[in-house]
Amino acid sequence: MKLSVKEIEAKAKQIRYSAIEMICEAASGHPGGSLSVSDILAVLYFHTMNYKPDRPEWIERDRFVLSKGHAAPALYSVLAHAGFYSTKILKNLRQVGSPLQGHPDMMALPGIEMSTGSLGQGLSAAVGIALAARIDSLKYRVYCVIGDGESQEGQIWEAAMSAGHHKLDNLCVIMDHNNLQIDGKVEEIKTISPIADKWKAFNFNVISADGHNIKALIDAFDKAEKQKGKPTIIIADTVKGKGVSFMENVNKFHGSAPTGEQITCALGELKCQ
Amino acid sequence: MPIKDLGSAAPREAYGKALVELGRENPNIVVLDADLSCSTKTSLFAKEFPKRFINAGVAEQDMIGMAAGLATTGKIVFASTFSCFASGRAWEQVRVSVAYPRLNVKIVATHGGITTGEDGATHQAIEDLAIIRVIPNMTLIVPSDAVLTDKAVRAAAAYHGPVFIRLPRAGTPTVYENCDFKIGKANVLREGKDLSIFACGIMVYASLVAAEELQKENISAEVIDIHTLKPLDKEAIIKSAKKTGKVITAEEHSIIGGLGGAVAETLSENCPTRMARIGTRDMFAESGKAPDLLIKYGLTAKDIIKTAKQIL
Repeated sequence: MKLSVKEIEAKAKQIRYSAIEMICEAASGHPGGSLSVSDILAVLYFHTMNYKPDRPEWIERDRFVLSKGHAAPALYSVLAHAGFYSTKILKNLRQVGSPLQGHPDMMALPGIEMSTGSLGQGLSAAVGIALAARIDSLKYRVYCVIGDGESQEGQIWEAAMSAGHHKLDNLCVIMDHNNLQIDGKVEEIKTISPIADKWKAFNFNVISADGHNIKALIDAFDKAEKQKGKPTIIIADTVKGKGVSFMENVNKFHGSAPTGEQITCALGELKCQ
Repeated sequence: MPIKDLGSAAPREAYGKALVELGRENPNIVVLDADLSCSTKTSLFAKEFPKRFINAGVAEQDMIGMAAGLATTGKIVFASTFSCFASGRAWEQVRVSVAYPRLNVKIVATHGGITTGEDGATHQAIEDLAIIRVIPNMTLIVPSDAVLTDKAVRAAAAYHGPVFIRLPRAGTPTVYENCDFKIGKANVLREGKDLSIFACGIMVYASLVAAEELQKENISAEVIDIHTLKPLDKEAIIKSAKKTGKVITAEEHSIIGGLGGAVAETLSENCPTRMARIGTRDMFAESGKAPDLLIKYGLTAKDIIKTAKQIL
């Protein structure tokens, strides 16, 4: 599905709105990281990835793994807006009996390629999927979003070493680099710098991009696809809470839902953009 | 009913051979290892099917994650390393990436128990059965010899979902000439009326030896191979316990949480029975030759006989 930049921007707004709406309704969830990753997801699902929403098991589809599983509301939104299921399903987030689990459950909804939520694990699965493509001589690509805080997990680097070793040019990792984690700034809790040098050292092609600029993200994904002989990481500079003024760069909104007047405010801001 | 001498064979060799045969039958089988392929015997598969073998290097967590990813595409994935690492180091990956989404990953963990020997306590998995058994969606099999290992590996490949098979390092006396194997269905090896011995892994043969000795003193012991710890054959356990009224569990594992724990849970809820657990006590073992360790930590036929007399 290839939409224009303007159309993708409109989709990103819908994704943000639906994500925050479901978090508000649940009074639980992770708004900050859902908002920072929304533009990345919009570009992947409305420009870059090949898939058939009416045939979620289509064997040649591109795969997406949300390793930072706490941004589930954004994933649930983009899959609905991409047509995997009705937007009417986007209710009852985190409620008993709902397929919208707190973290993505691949058994619960079509389009979710991997159950994630414990940080660090999704990237290894993405590497496994990319290896499967190679074994089966299929051309599909694998996209995996990781967090910057998540990059403190050792398993991320085990997986990075595997991807580099196997020269998985069908794998594209995207770091949602919003600079914040639950307890504060990534830089202060435990720095992951120098980021680009680390990934280069793990034999990755490294691309930096503005994670909220649709055109820049499109270009970055196009470049990644052309890279042969090594995996790519797009270090996407993002703003945690992007799109809701009082949430932007406020780490309190990593894992807390807006309350009271904040709800009206947040949804109002997202609607007006 | 003297025990027939069927020689001995290494279960991990049987695993390696079964994998190669399965690989020939099914192009969908992929095998992973974490730098221990010569020990786990996945090297046999690697040699014949290099394109379907992935060495994760010394990175067990990543190996289990990759196995999960491969399984999402429809592959039947076998992943092997020592049991201390498969169950311990990668426990959370087994839980979240494999068991939670019920992916078709078969973790075949070798070097379970203290007979891993000289490498010492760091490499002797004595908690693996407890911590794997507790994970939802998981099937846990502890074969007692090479014959049953072959059957278990094939059954695991045919079953859709996560399976953990725990094998020893050493060669084990062969228990079965041939056997019917069904996941979750215990094998009654010897019928008796005074005492039930529920065993798994290498303790099955020791239990048969003990039962034979006890018979000389007119003690009739029933021996049941509980090769599947999960799903547990509760029916067979309850039936035997009701018949004999005395139970011993024997496993090469801590007495906490493994076979002894599973049997105790079942019996205390369904038919409280006098029982004793044979296994390592709540302590780490040490380096040493496997037979010496079995003696020191109380895992021999003699220990079973002694315990039987205590509870009768």
